[in-house]
Amino acid sequence: MKPSKRTLSLKERGFDFETFMWFYTRISALAMYLFGFVALLGAMVMGARLHMTLADVIRWSFMPTLYHVQNTNIPAIEPWVSLFWKLTASLFVLFAAGHGLHGLLSVIEEYMTIPWLRRTFRMVVLALWVGVSYIGIYLLWTAA
Amino acid sequence: MGLKRTVRLGEALRYRGQGPMLAFLLHRIGGVSMVVFVGLHMVASFVGGDFGRFVNGVYQHWLFQAYIYFCALFHAINGLRIVIMDLWPKLLEHQREAIWLEWAVFLPIYALSVFWLARIGLGG
Repeated sequence: MKPSKRTLSLKERGFDFETFMWFYTRISALAMYLFGFVALLGAMVMGARLHMTLADVIRWSFMPTLYHVQNTNIPAIEPWVSLFWKLTASLFVLFAAGHGLHGLLSVIEEYMTIPWLRRTFRMVVLALWVGVSYIGIYLLWTAA
Repeated sequence: MGLKRTVRLGEALRYRGQGPMLAFLLHRIGGVSMVVFVGLHMVASFVGGDFGRFVNGVYQHWLFQAYIYFCALFHAINGLRIVIMDLWPKLLEHQREAIWLEWAVFLPIYALSVFWLARIGLGG
């Protein structure tokens, strides 16, 4: 018996909102793996092994911000609050907010069957993405 | 017009999806937990005051960290499996084996990390 076809070309599928977000979800996940790995590697280079606990390192890897190293034993804070880490963390926030909120929308849409309510939720999630990204980036750049 | 649903709640609860179903459920639970956790954490840091101190105090407890670390690590490893399967659909034939491999990677990393988190949390 011939196995059933598991793939659909983009031409057959059409490039709509769902297809775009399907692609974005995967790309943003790969980007977050990269940011987490860079943060972990950076922490090791900057001396985390000697001055931080495992919990501190995990927190820093999830989000490389000053707030996550303030209560550690690191002797000099400057390398941890450089422009590079602020930019990395800002990109992390943008990708994570889009990825997470779209995931939440996917879960909601599985139980939300009324079309106008689904459209409303999409608008709410879009507004939340802008709001959450703004708060996150504001906190990162005003940390002192 | 609403979408037509063909699976009733009773049928869904009787469904025995085994490994893939468990991975699907944990991925969802972990994802939603992280959205709630990160959202509240950011709002608490933004607002500050007693509310901020209370929320961030809960988040600093080792038991909560063990829970959210479970969510994040499982979501990340399971997500990587999903991305790989999506990029190479022929691998879907080996989905169950991939899930066993996923647990084989997840469990030792998680167990070791939680052991250390508990040691730190309990002042050891």
